[in-house]
Amino acid sequence: MTSEARAGTKDEPRRRDFGAYGVSVRFDDVRALEDVTLPVPAGAVTAVVGGDGAGKSTLLRALAGVVPVEHGSVVAPDRRRIGFMPTGGGTWAELTVDEHVDFVGAAHRLRGSDLERRRERLLDATGLREARRRLASQLSGGMRQKLAFGLATLHDPVLLVLDEPSTGVDPVSRVDLWRLVAQAASAGAAVAFSTTYLDEAERAGTVLVLDQGRTLLSGPPDDVVRGAPGHVRRATATHDPARTWRRGREVRAWFPVGAEPVGQAVPVDLEDAVVAAALAREATA
Amino acid sequence: MRAMIVKEFRELRRDHRTMAMLFALPIVLLVVFGYAANFTIDSISTQVVGPHADQVATLLPPLFDVQGTDPGATADDARGLVRDDVADVVLDTSTSPPTAYVDGSSLFVAQTASAALGRAGDQVLTEVLFNPDLTTSWVMVPALVGLILTFVGTIITSIGLVRERQTGTLEQLAVMPLRPADVIVGKIAPYFLLASFDMLVVTLLGVWIFGVPFNGNPALFALAAATFLFVVLGVGVLISTASQTQGQAIQVALMTLMPQILLSGFIFPLQAMPAAISWIGYCLPLTWFVKVSQGIMLRGAGLDSLWPALVVLAAMAVLVFSAAVLRFRRDLAPARRTTARTAEPVSA
Repeated sequence: MTSEARAGTKDEPRRRDFGAYGVSVRFDDVRALEDVTLPVPAGAVTAVVGGDGAGKSTLLRALAGVVPVEHGSVVAPDRRRIGFMPTGGGTWAELTVDEHVDFVGAAHRLRGSDLERRRERLLDATGLREARRRLASQLSGGMRQKLAFGLATLHDPVLLVLDEPSTGVDPVSRVDLWRLVAQAASAGAAVAFSTTYLDEAERAGTVLVLDQGRTLLSGPPDDVVRGAPGHVRRATATHDPARTWRRGREVRAWFPVGAEPVGQAVPVDLEDAVVAAALAREATA
Repeated sequence: MRAMIVKEFRELRRDHRTMAMLFALPIVLLVVFGYAANFTIDSISTQVVGPHADQVATLLPPLFDVQGTDPGATADDARGLVRDDVADVVLDTSTSPPTAYVDGSSLFVAQTASAALGRAGDQVLTEVLFNPDLTTSWVMVPALVGLILTFVGTIITSIGLVRERQTGTLEQLAVMPLRPADVIVGKIAPYFLLASFDMLVVTLLGVWIFGVPFNGNPALFALAAATFLFVVLGVGVLISTASQTQGQAIQVALMTLMPQILLSGFIFPLQAMPAAISWIGYCLPLTWFVKVSQGIMLRGAGLDSLWPALVVLAAMAVLVFSAAVLRFRRDLAPARRTTARTAEPVSA
């Protein structure tokens, strides 16, 4: 790693936040990430979105320090001040909720009244008080994810990295999880999370959209929507099927910059913007 | 149905471990069984002692491979040579008729030697030492202790470690403020303790139920078992670093376990195997532990005669365990080695 790479000169904000800067990651012959920058400011939630294999998990794992970076730099606190929730939660099936708190607390050298205070806070925040003696394998998917979140925040980390915390979770638990994420950010933590749900990403302060390991779009959700390339219209039967997508009962169509858009204009949201950007990249590839 | 068959073949073709079990393992088993599965002893290491040692040595049939004579040695020396595993048979010519001391801890050798000496009638007095009734369980129990340690150390440990990888908790551990040494020792220590407990139970049950004697030094036995345990735990950790699922870990662990069962002298005597096959056996840790455990329990052998086996086990332990820890450490903290990480946000 060179000092230039360490400096992370590309797309670097004025105040250097936690995050990954100009990061590239390679697994054998596969380039998983290429020159991706993800600032994660304190007190805000930063979302990473993208399809399967886009590189979301790799980016967050690089940020957490479990994936080596080929180029670029990662700005992250000491591990004692990182909270990490891997894909699937990372709970131990044969441990109870209380035993999880004991273990994670011990790893962070929390003990005595301090640990008990944090245990009570976790049980209240996650609604797991009644289930504190149940094994993780006996919890529902949503309860397990909330436990994992609680464990990731038990030690009040300054950087919280959550890899698809809401995937496979029922809508009610998703709302609960989002509440917990928002609370962590409002308490001052820098929160980075990945999701496949664009409605969740819209609530984040900043969104990074990845496609095949590269940055497709990034910025505050409103800016990302405003910056969607080309034009989005309500589709008709004459539109190119390769440039249309379904939204509820409607079908949307995308037209590149310079083309004459056909069809009724529609309000563009983050999902439309992401699809439009992906189609624009395909068109220029 | 055709689609199902095609799909199955496609999956099998890409599953290298299963393919190895399907094709390589049968060939290995055929070759190993063909050569190793042999209870017939063609050569018995023999020493002849006493005043007529040189004369008697020339009269022995070719089955007895006389490796040395010592006209000045006594009957106690003769017993000592058997105890220290210098020879399987020691013929003492100071008595009339000569006395043949046979090592009962080498079961098949002892059976063959006793039968051959029996044919000499009153010309030789035969005394089987350490296992006078040639009881199979007396020889098997000390070896079984090693097999159980191998099972716990290799299969159970690799499964336990791979489970962390499979459920994603290994990454969780990697991010926690735990040193790699904390994680490695914390993961392995319980298996070490459980395997030690297993060893104690099996040894005590062997002594209690089967009446197997424990003639040697328990502390030396514990030292040998602990050293051996480090080897098999290391093999378990190594397997876990090369496996993504518990099924894969079990497959590989079985592939390391089977040669140890077949070629360690535990079932088939090493003396009956061709040199090339027995050398494979001498590369396996169980072979050396069986030598030590049988030596201590049955013959009461001490450090002065068992040190070569203990040195081999210690060398294997250092080699395998170090490799295992290094690989596991690499899996646990890949980014800490290579990533440029800055500790804190900085203001411009």
